[in-house]
Amino acid sequence: MSGLIVRGARLLGGETGDIRIVDGRIDAVGSVDPAAGDHMIDADGLVALPGLVDLHTHLREPGGEASETVLTGTRAAAAGGFTAVFAMANTSPVADTAGVVEQVEALGRQHGYATVRPIGAVTVGLEGRQLAELGAMAASRAQVRVFSDDGHCVADPLIMRRALEYVATIGGVIAQHAQEPRLTEGAQMNEGPLSGELGLAGWPAVAEESIIARDVLLAEHTRSRLHVCHVSTAGSVDVVRWAKKRGIAVTAEVTPHHLLLTDETARDYDARFKVNPPLRRAEDVEALRAAVADGTIDIVATDHAPHPDERKECAWAEAAFGMVGLESALSIVQHTLVDTGMLDWAGVARVLSTTPAAIGGLAGYDAPLAVGAPAHLTLVDPEASRRWSTDELRGRSRNTPYTGITLPGRVIATVHGGVPTVLDGALVDADTVATTAGGR
Amino acid sequence: MSARPVLHSDDIARALRRIAHEILEARRGDGRLVFLGIPTRGTALAERLGRIVDEIEPGVAEIGSLDVTMHRDDLGRSATRAPAPTRIPAAGIDGSTVVLVDDVLYSGRTVRAALDALADHGRPRAVRLAVLVDRGHRELPIRADFVGKNLPSSTSERVFVRLSEVDGVDEVAISQ
Amino acid sequence: MKHLLTTRDLDREAAVRILDVAEEMAATADREVKKLPALRGKTVVNLFFEDSTRTRLSFESAAKRLSADVITFSAKGSSVSKGESLKDTAQTLVAMGADAIVVRHPASGAAHRLAHAGWIDASIVNAGDGTHEHPTQALLDAFTLRRRIHGADARGRALDGTRVVIVGDILHSRVARSNVWLLATLGAEVHLVAPRTLQPAGIDEWPVTVHALLDDALATEPHAVMMLRIQRERMVDAYFPSEREYGRMWGLTAERFAALPADTMVMHPGPMNRGLEIASVAADSTRSTVLEQVTNGVSIRMAVLYLLVAGVEEERA
Ligand SMILES: [Zn+2]
Repeated sequence: MSGLIVRGARLLGGETGDIRIVDGRIDAVGSVDPAAGDHMIDADGLVALPGLVDLHTHLREPGGEASETVLTGTRAAAAGGFTAVFAMANTSPVADTAGVVEQVEALGRQHGYATVRPIGAVTVGLEGRQLAELGAMAASRAQVRVFSDDGHCVADPLIMRRALEYVATIGGVIAQHAQEPRLTEGAQMNEGPLSGELGLAGWPAVAEESIIARDVLLAEHTRSRLHVCHVSTAGSVDVVRWAKKRGIAVTAEVTPHHLLLTDETARDYDARFKVNPPLRRAEDVEALRAAVADGTIDIVATDHAPHPDERKECAWAEAAFGMVGLESALSIVQHTLVDTGMLDWAGVARVLSTTPAAIGGLAGYDAPLAVGAPAHLTLVDPEASRRWSTDELRGRSRNTPYTGITLPGRVIATVHGGVPTVLDGALVDADTVATTAGGR
Repeated sequence: MSARPVLHSDDIARALRRIAHEILEARRGDGRLVFLGIPTRGTALAERLGRIVDEIEPGVAEIGSLDVTMHRDDLGRSATRAPAPTRIPAAGIDGSTVVLVDDVLYSGRTVRAALDALADHGRPRAVRLAVLVDRGHRELPIRADFVGKNLPSSTSERVFVRLSEVDGVDEVAISQ
Repeated sequence: MKHLLTTRDLDREAAVRILDVAEEMAATADREVKKLPALRGKTVVNLFFEDSTRTRLSFESAAKRLSADVITFSAKGSSVSKGESLKDTAQTLVAMGADAIVVRHPASGAAHRLAHAGWIDASIVNAGDGTHEHPTQALLDAFTLRRRIHGADARGRALDGTRVVIVGDILHSRVARSNVWLLATLGAEVHLVAPRTLQPAGIDEWPVTVHALLDDALATEPHAVMMLRIQRERMVDAYFPSEREYGRMWGLTAERFAALPADTMVMHPGPMNRGLEIASVAADSTRSTVLEQVTNGVSIRMAVLYLLVAGVEEERA
């Protein structure tokens, strides 16, 4: 059987070795002799990572196809080195039934660029009042394990308590968008001196921290699992650190943009920098980086949130929250954590692949680059550097905040279950990917 | 670049005294005589002329200034200039003889702007023009009624008028 | 100067220059012919996404006095509020030949975006953006103060040593923000008074003295007290308990007015809530500048439009 050989990569950034992939699995690692008919990828100077897993992606389909679809979103994911994405539930209709989640999962399977694992809504219509049929979504073909009302906070403490209790019985986790709604009515940016000066309604750190504090205590009380989405403040880090020390089953994520950008970016009222939770102070950015390095924050997740141009080319208060992030995530992590010496490449594999897969109940990612494991891998050139522009984007929307910034690293190849989705730094075409993936 | 002096302080004083006499001689009837200087140096010259006339015929001269900035035909072609104060005597200019006073007469465009600006303030019986220096090169059909000194010059030359009120010294100089 | 978006962009020289030009503009109001030809052939568009008859009329009158062609576009309720983007609207107006766009918008930063997003090339005048700034209001307030203090001798002068107390909803007030930066730049001593609930984050870093209680601020014997309009809806959002309590603690009551130094000016950007933030005896007194502020608004807006639009942009050395 002919295979695919990755030749001479630095495995997890360490020793150099080859990887042979046969029939969608890793067949051999180390010094590999090619067999007749094997395809070769020259990986000299490249770092081999397990396929990246994003626990927080907005694919917009169904209902938001003007911004993104499962196909365009997974192409963006593949371009960024991802082989699996968890698709948030705030679509239209909302992913609060087995029907919707099965549809989204099937689209991902059909296109083949990445595994799409739908996230189910916690409450019907994301309205925070009545629990959605979590059990039905878990039992569906989509095997939903992560539930979130993301975009909205499950603010009612009783609903949150019940949701935590309920998911425990189906082995799931509640991913909370921590935002006290009353404290953030009309909020536009981080509450601080700049919001006061710019006349934009403030989004105070305490609105996030107080919900996280409440939720970790509820998780402890219910002996259930809590995942905190997009932690953005130093105070939140302290709360999560305290909870973990206490033995509470909490995990936390940070977005790439919160690891790099600060609220100062709002100064020009350019809505590409408008995101929820908002970009915070430099002190928060420092605390978040340190928290990833010391494990308080478990994972980096993109919160990839595509929006059409017209939702950003308007006054700040009228613009949509969110920024795209799949294509740039690995470069931002390298820039903020690897190149600063805070995290090694094995650590990158942990925060961008192994741990998010574990939190989301996604099999096949527990042993990165191990023989016998499904062949999900990413080859990155850490020496490359790019002046970022919208030309780097592969999704349908262009709302990246990094335009004009020079970023390190570049994904040269992505392999999803043995199927190359990116080769020589370029996406493999959709027909080839769909056919190859479908034939397996 | 060297500036060659052409009028010194006493030359300027003599020229103004002569103009003052000419203005009074040319004056017909006993109407009001309003000296309006075009800022910045025209204003200073108007004040001097007014004082001299007042010495000769007390009570006859009224003095003011007329800013022309917003009436210039090159307004939209150069950097915006802040307008200088316009001071019209309280009795207005209707029926009076207005003597516009400027330092240098060149293309004539400033005077054209001044005539426009003046029209916004009323209707004088007559308007006269007095200048310290006429350097030629008119672009409009305008001439001065009273001239301190005719100074034929090339367009590549520059004429500097310095007055003690503005520049601390009285002098007219020309440079290549 | 190409745009006027915030008073923070004005240094002392530029601010004094605007006030001086406004003096010349004011002088033309007494003339036989009030119109000036300075903006002949230029088109000024008033783009109002928010109702404000007073400000709109003031800008319209200013532009017309300068002989500009004036197009007024009340965007409220038009295609704009139905989803046409700010960018599309602006590009349409420039296609119609706008040299300057005077924009009033309920969202903070809208004017800044029009000026700097690279969509269009016209001069932008911020006529009030959300809870951010209202620079021409601050300029007319400074102009009013300077005239009252220096009279005919005002040209060329700033406001050094002038003590101004600004009272009320600082958090939501674009007038307050613009005044703080401008008055401080002009050398005035600015005191802000508001309940803690209506003080913006970071106010401690502003070039002002902050007081929670009005009587503490009035004890400084200010040259002027500027009362901001308080919106009754703020009560519902729990910024203060009741109108009566607000009036008692932060209103310029008849008693407080009587206790002020005899020459303290009373200012208000209008429209006033009599009996809430300001007593009628104060609003109607000769020390009130409210009507002067309206008159001066036209002169200031003429000065701003003249300086932005009349000439070509200055080359920066
Ligand atoms: Zn969220």
